[in-house]
Amino acid sequence: MTAHPSAPSRATRPVRPAGTPAIQLRGAQVRFGERTLWDGLDLDVAPGEFVAVLGPNGSGKTTLVRVLLGLQQLSAGEVRIAGAAPRRGSPMIGYVPQQKALERDLPLRGRDLVGLGLDGHRFGLGLSGRAARRARVDAALAAVGGTPYANAPVGQLSGGEQQRLRVAQALVGDPAVLLCDEPLISLDLAHQRTVTDLIDARRRTADTAVLFVTHEINPVLPLVDRVLYLVEGRFRVGPPSEVMTSEVLSELYRTEVDVLRVRDRIVVVGAEHAGAHCHPEPEPLP
Amino acid sequence: MIELLERLFTFEGLGRQLTLDFVQNAFLACAVLGLAAGLLAPLIVARGMSFAVHGTAELAFTGGAAALVAGVSVGLGAVAGALTAGLVFGLLGLRQRERDSVIGVVLAFGLGLGVLLLSLYKGRSSNKFGLLTGSIVSVDSTDLTVLGIVAVVVIATLAALYRPMLFASTDPDVAVARGVPVRTLSVVFAMLVGLTTALAVPIVGAILVLSVMIVPGAAAARVTASPVRATLLAVLFAEIALLGGVFLSLAPGLPVSGYVAALSFLCYLGCRLVARLRGRATVAA
Repeated sequence: MTAHPSAPSRATRPVRPAGTPAIQLRGAQVRFGERTLWDGLDLDVAPGEFVAVLGPNGSGKTTLVRVLLGLQQLSAGEVRIAGAAPRRGSPMIGYVPQQKALERDLPLRGRDLVGLGLDGHRFGLGLSGRAARRARVDAALAAVGGTPYANAPVGQLSGGEQQRLRVAQALVGDPAVLLCDEPLISLDLAHQRTVTDLIDARRRTADTAVLFVTHEINPVLPLVDRVLYLVEGRFRVGPPSEVMTSEVLSELYRTEVDVLRVRDRIVVVGAEHAGAHCHPEPEPLP
Repeated sequence: MIELLERLFTFEGLGRQLTLDFVQNAFLACAVLGLAAGLLAPLIVARGMSFAVHGTAELAFTGGAAALVAGVSVGLGAVAGALTAGLVFGLLGLRQRERDSVIGVVLAFGLGLGVLLLSLYKGRSSNKFGLLTGSIVSVDSTDLTVLGIVAVVVIATLAALYRPMLFASTDPDVAVARGVPVRTLSVVFAMLVGLTTALAVPIVGAILVLSVMIVPGAAAARVTASPVRATLLAVLFAEIALLGGVFLSLAPGLPVSGYVAALSFLCYLGCRLVARLRGRATVAA
């Protein structure tokens, strides 16, 4: 994958060296005691590229996210975010979590949630530069269509509206990498579509690399450049047409798995039980 | 009925009382306490820590009772008890279910121990009840100094940590991802709550600490979702309850805590009414 040279660059974006991968993993390994989650993972994600991370529960998808966020050390190998080592609170990374119901009486408005994404990790009251801050928050809200409910209590918004705010919260700091950890869970189809469209638009206009952890590839299939498929320490990286095949998945799961293409969807049959001993819920791959 | 009302709401001799030193001390102490409690209240509500504050207050009571029996400063005992509770509850983090039961266990033990200690105490009985129901007579200049120091510590800590504290309190998952030390902040916050609670216990009493630590924040959350406005309103409500409570309790010579609790409850009812009139349970700021 290559960068999109035609993508417009904005004055507010930090300068990044040209040709540097947004994410770079070299021989990456994570171990917890005796258990090796994955080993020898090499992955370069280019600016503007959309990589889906798939695999059963317990295969280390969330751990990969934690490594990139600087919350988990590699046991071996190297990781770089836009050329630098990951660190907590890095402005290079935006993070979209799973949609979780917020308390109805949470004393927080939509714009506060987005604002926390910009400077919530900083010390002090943040009294200087308030006008510039407000402008950035307003712009991020407008970009996700969240302006109409910017001043509403977040706990009283719908799941879809909350998740749009989550995208704005992740993007307001103008990150080089957008990490999405199952952001579509518990959203209906229309809202899933809205969220994926927002993320797609962003990576096309601002060259933001997207690492999208999901158990279900279909909602993002049209956007995916490459797939990282993890199963019990084994993994495969490549375009969906190369990875999402009966042969490759059978090898990864070490059992017979059939991958069917029905219209524009991918249906995986046989993987539900293959990894069952390492994840409590069956994988809802339709 | 009329007699009862006259007993509860009298202003006889109020003018003279207002010139007394201990009365002025009480007003000053309550003003400072209201500021600290009001600043913390919206965050306590956001973190769902009402029960933890109650538990902290009961352990402050236990500490105070132990100090009374040991013959050392009751205030110091209360601070020690509340800080211990704060440390324990802070380490429990934000996992609601586990936290709930642990607080219940610690609270029950602390309260029982406190009652036992009080019955061992041979001194004046007003000292005993002072811890449970509060008393403004007890405020002296040493207490004022300690209150002032604690207020400065609370304000300075909040000023330095306000944004990460708000982030960790309202949106802990993303806060962790953004590198906010959520667990450390949880302990720091519980310590601030413990300090403030410990100072509130001798004034409003262990039982009624919630009326200044929680109610102002809960009331504010009814009418605004803006963190800044909620904080300003909570300080206002805490001051109304505390200063108004002292003022109303002076002439009748009755415990201040009942008036404080009633006034803060009225603030809460008023906020609910405003929210209802606006047509929603909680309204955008």
